[in-house]
Amino acid sequence: MKLSKRRSALVAAGISGALLLSACGGGGSDDSSSSGGSGAGAEGGTFSVYIGEPENPLVPGNTAESEGDQVISSLWTGLVRYTEEGEVDYSGVAESIESEDNTTWTVTLKDGWTFHDGSPVDAESFVNAWNYTAYSPNAQGAASYLARIQGYDDLQAPVDEATGEATGEPAATEMSGLQVVDDQTFTVTLSSPFSNFPAITGYNSFHPLPQAFFDDPEGFGTRPIGNGPFQAEEDFVPGQGVTLTRYDDYAGEDAAVADSVEYVVYADVNTAYTDVQAGNLDIVDVIPPDVIESAESEFGDRFIRTESSQITYIGFPTYDERFADPRVRQAFSMAIDREAISEAIFQGTRAPADSFIPPVIDGYREGSCTYCTLDADQANQLLEEAGFDKSQPVDLWFNAGAGHDAWMEAVGNQLRDNLGVEYTLQGNLEFAEYLPLASSQGLTGPFRIGWSFDYPAADSYLTPLFTQAAFGPAGSNYSFYSNPEVEELLVAGDQAESPEAGLEDYQAAEDIIAEDMPMAPMFFTEIQSVTSENVSNVRLDLFQRIVTSEVTVNS
Amino acid sequence: MGRYVARRLLLTIPVLLGASFLIFAMVYALPGDPIRALGGDRPLSPAVIAELRERFHLNDPLYVQYWEYVKGLFQGDLGTDFRGRPVLDTIERTLPVTVKLALVAIVFEAVIGLVAGVLAGIRRNSFFDNLVLVSTTLVVSIPILVLAFFAQLLFGLRLQWFPIAGTNEGLYSYLLPGLVLASGSLAYVARLTRTSLAENLRADYVRTARAKGLPNRTVIVRHTLRNSLIPVVTYIGADIGTLLGGAIVTETVFNLPGIGREVFNSIRSQEGAVVVGIVTLMVFFFIFFNLVVDVLYAVLDPRIRYD
Repeated sequence: MKLSKRRSALVAAGISGALLLSACGGGGSDDSSSSGGSGAGAEGGTFSVYIGEPENPLVPGNTAESEGDQVISSLWTGLVRYTEEGEVDYSGVAESIESEDNTTWTVTLKDGWTFHDGSPVDAESFVNAWNYTAYSPNAQGAASYLARIQGYDDLQAPVDEATGEATGEPAATEMSGLQVVDDQTFTVTLSSPFSNFPAITGYNSFHPLPQAFFDDPEGFGTRPIGNGPFQAEEDFVPGQGVTLTRYDDYAGEDAAVADSVEYVVYADVNTAYTDVQAGNLDIVDVIPPDVIESAESEFGDRFIRTESSQITYIGFPTYDERFADPRVRQAFSMAIDREAISEAIFQGTRAPADSFIPPVIDGYREGSCTYCTLDADQANQLLEEAGFDKSQPVDLWFNAGAGHDAWMEAVGNQLRDNLGVEYTLQGNLEFAEYLPLASSQGLTGPFRIGWSFDYPAADSYLTPLFTQAAFGPAGSNYSFYSNPEVEELLVAGDQAESPEAGLEDYQAAEDIIAEDMPMAPMFFTEIQSVTSENVSNVRLDLFQRIVTSEVTVNS
Repeated sequence: MGRYVARRLLLTIPVLLGASFLIFAMVYALPGDPIRALGGDRPLSPAVIAELRERFHLNDPLYVQYWEYVKGLFQGDLGTDFRGRPVLDTIERTLPVTVKLALVAIVFEAVIGLVAGVLAGIRRNSFFDNLVLVSTTLVVSIPILVLAFFAQLLFGLRLQWFPIAGTNEGLYSYLLPGLVLASGSLAYVARLTRTSLAENLRADYVRTARAKGLPNRTVIVRHTLRNSLIPVVTYIGADIGTLLGGAIVTETVFNLPGIGREVFNSIRSQEGAVVVGIVTLMVFFFIFFNLVVDVLYAVLDPRIRYD
């Protein structure tokens, strides 16, 4: 989901900044949370946090990238929140989200929640916000998260497939699936049953918007009015940042400990890192990969490791006849020594991936990807059975300027050594060119892609990547893989009586995907953060955002 | 003189239009799709993409897009970026930062460069002359990126004399980046001044002046320096135009939200309107300061007349 401008900006000599996932590593997990400071801090104080420039105005429904997301998470609290294990926690605005048939859900809100301008957080503020976000002429970037709601399609302008131009207005302005019952209650009807619906409602697209937003949508993004632990009392200044202050009438349990948090926009994360070293900045949540080793000894317990929800894949173009045979894809996956690359290139900061659902997510099974461990003999045997032509080199694709060169080359070398297949690196395209090429079946060989969940649940790693509905250009199924059995199991999982029951179906689907191997999981990512001596209790949540409400400022 | 200046200013109009069209065409020709890239790994829905393409006229042919742009230009509208922010606001926000940085750099460049150059020129082959020669060679040969990081680590982090990044401490924040930015030109100015001065000191009119019994100080300041400064002024003048275009590396390393950083990011994300607006402005600065230099010639050298 989220495009991490950041994680790449770090890499190439500092000023790169390409759009996408990359860099920092995964590896040994270790307890992610708080960085010591035994009772050191008291309430109050102010601290500062690094961010890159947000891509969009600060409106939740238009924020699907990591930088703006960081700020939004301080300004808003959604219907539900998540525990550190990724389970739904009703400590948000919702008292309950219940359904008898997994299709029509009744959302009951808690009393006493207000926006920062004092207006109440009521059912209308959710329904209006969702309708606004989904209505395609409003061009909200995170709109598609609402696609499960009945009537979502009616809010999409018809688009001519050939030209990509809109051919008219959407049929409706409000989703038929949303009904306000009273101030504190509304119902959500989905277009098909989905047992895990509460789990997706904590994300940005589902946040409420006050009336003030609809009065002036454009000015709102500069000084947003949310319902979260911090409020914006000044404008966000592009290129510089914003200081948020504690919202004293906050109704949630996670009221802010500090008085204020200053988000400082940096063009280059290396500069931000130096600023933390000097004590001018308090938190950098994702440090540049080249300083990881020295940072660990330099910062001691102020160096924080967090297992991330991101998986790095090598995808296969199943539309290319050389990679149409699953045995070829299995062979390639087995010819790669993930462990060795992790050690040599990432200094152990990425863990070799052994499943399609990462360890931080409920449903992870160790080793569920059977072809993810090195076995050169079996790989060669499979290639032979499949009749793969080894005399032709394979193209290895990745996007430029995001630090993928070294490890993709290592992958190529292993393919050459273990399979006897020569390779050509295709790493000259910037992300803006890479993605359209990928989604129009233009990649001629194995390719790099990163993925993280939309909401913390197993199906968020399967449905968006391995179903026909997710084919390009609108989806993220860049390998163009589809298998009716997988589709059936995923639908069965969605419609299961409970999320727990659904998990079995998802895992069954994962097993088939592991056998078909449209994409080979490579690494689970880990994130490294550093803090100054000024702060304690710093942790990153599952979305890799700093939990700003918990941070204490040492006096 | 007045007519000359007026004519030169009038000439900038077609130059600016031509330049903006060229830049427009170049951004248009960039491969890739800026709208698609906005969504990241998770693509935007087709209806949202269609809406955004429509909003930013991306479906129209080049000449229609350019015409829309020029039409807006005459109404004082430089267009908006993909976030809906007016380009004019972006320029208003980033230009002052770059102007301050450029001014600090120019002051360093002119003061240190000229003083070092003049002293070295007067005492040729002295220790000081050799020191200038060696140090300027050194500075010119180090890439500015290395210099910037080095200065930041040494003066910012280790010695803590200067802030590491940002503009929080007012003009003081600009000193270190200004010095780094000026370093290359500073070295060049010093050498240019030295050579020019040394050459003129051997000229006939200097010998005449000395023969008339003028004091050394008058010979150097009134006669030699004035003549020697012509190439230096040309260089510094043109450099102002360049510096106002922003310094991508310096602004990025020292996290100064200036125009160079902005245009660099905009090229990467193919923000056509921002790139065209800012680069056209850069072209204007360049033309303008070259004109100023030409006018200054006439002041420095009475033999030059423009009418």
